Amino acid sequence: MPDMVSVAEVADTMFKLVKQAAGLKKYKAMDLEKAMRELYGDRVDKAVSKAAIKELIDSGRCVYTYFGGSYIEIPHTEAAANPQG
Amino acid sequence: MPEQKFPDKLQELKSGAWPSFVKEIENAAQTSPMAKDLYGQLNQSYNEKIGHWKHGGIVGVLGYGGGVIGRYSDLPETWPNVSHFHTMRINQPAAWFYRAEDLRKVCDIWEKRGSGLTNMHGSTGDIILLGTTTPELEPIFNELTAIGFDLGGSGSCMRTPSCCVGPARCEWAMYDTLALTYDLTMTYQDELHRPAFPYKFKFKMAGCPNDCVASIARADMSIIGIWRDEIQIDQDAVREYAERGLNIQSVVVGRCPTRCMAWDSKELFIDNENCSRCMHCINVMHRALRPGNDRGATLLIGSKAPIMEGALLSSVLVPFLEIVPPYDDIKGLVNNIWELWAEEGKNRERVGEFIQRVGLANFLDAIGLEPEPEMIAFPRENPYVFYRTE
Ligand code: SF4
Ligand code: SF4
Repeated sequence: MPDMVSVAEVADTMFKLVKQAAGLKKYKAMDLEKAMRELYGDRVDKAVSKAAIKELIDSGRCVYTYFGGSYIEIPHTEAAANPQG
Repeated sequence: MPEQKFPDKLQELKSGAWPSFVKEIENAAQTSPMAKDLYGQLNQSYNEKIGHWKHGGIVGVLGYGGGVIGRYSDLPETWPNVSHFHTMRINQPAAWFYRAEDLRKVCDIWEKRGSGLTNMHGSTGDIILLGTTTPELEPIFNELTAIGFDLGGSGSCMRTPSCCVGPARCEWAMYDTLALTYDLTMTYQDELHRPAFPYKFKFKMAGCPNDCVASIARADMSIIGIWRDEIQIDQDAVREYAERGLNIQSVVVGRCPTRCMAWDSKELFIDNENCSRCMHCINVMHRALRPGNDRGATLLIGSKAPIMEGALLSSVLVPFLEIVPPYDDIKGLVNNIWELWAEEGKNRERVGEFIQRVGLANFLDAIGLEPEPEMIAFPRENPYVFYRTE
């Protein structure tokens, strides 16, 4: 049994990916999960990736966005949004 | 109605026998500035033949990726009260049973913090609350959860499961559609609120093949009640129908889609092996015919309304399954399907489109199901016949 990567570490790695890609590429939940598998191999599983995404969203470090499909991004003001009244 | 530079074209939509959404917007506009500007912008759109909404984006409540659909006016200076006009989807109770006092509470919250306009219900089944601003989203969510409601699904989430009225009021329910709907809703809370799929996934539960929730056309997974044994016939009651003037030969036997019935003016005969369980004969002679007693459901997969690609109807996945809590058979199968589709599906590809792309045989293989004759929608259309010589 390999040493599993912690949820916190996976969340940090995901956050870096999302932040670096801001404005260039949007990640879906499954894209992040696949990226973690590529990076950590069998040291990360579905449950850990899922918990890491949950951590990112619940802490407010990332938000879900919707542009045709649902994506995970860092919070920002989007082009379509009107200022708050 | 609001001052505007365009002729009022909306009034025409109030004519006719049916309830009019224009009338409802007008009523709401008596007290809601948002509804007033909605009327104005809508009228401008009808005059210009241009929509004035911008969709999508980052609106929601903390932790949730579904349930709020962002919408902004592209004419915020002209119609400032609909500058933000977000929709909230609220998870309806199974089969839409409400206490009036709870509905009043929902409406009070919405009149205070939104436009006051609702759509009961959206095509997925949720309560649709139309029109609020970003700062009101969290307070609305908090007030709704305090009275026992939660947001429904949107985006690439599992969408809010819905069902027909089932055994609560209908004698044809072959299983408890409400119990299964509630169970799936609670089991898949993460999938409902945290979008992780290539695109939406809808469950609809129908208690019998009458399919009052149109699950065969509108659900990625349709769970339709069915019986395995023989239709129960009360021959005396059949003769009574005939005596009262029902033309059994033409209206019942003649309209049986598989031609598996016969009527000799005394006895009704059904070749149950060839009955497709369409419910037609039972619907017409409900005092004389009843479904069998060996009851369960057929699981079908893949229907959808046209959005990215054309419309699809569901195809049979499991011909018969007993539907009993804790529904482990269904959940095991659903998890296998989700795992495969989430991994291999393209962005915005519904599961039915995914099956068409990879082929049913490969799909069945990957989720661990054996092919069954019931999965064949129609015979092959090409003339090639392959055979092996002994
Ligand atoms: S689908 Fe069947 S069981 Fe459900 S309400 Fe309609 S007739 Fe009744
Ligand atoms: S249920 Fe439909 S297919 Fe079966 S006997 Fe009646 S009419 Fe025919």
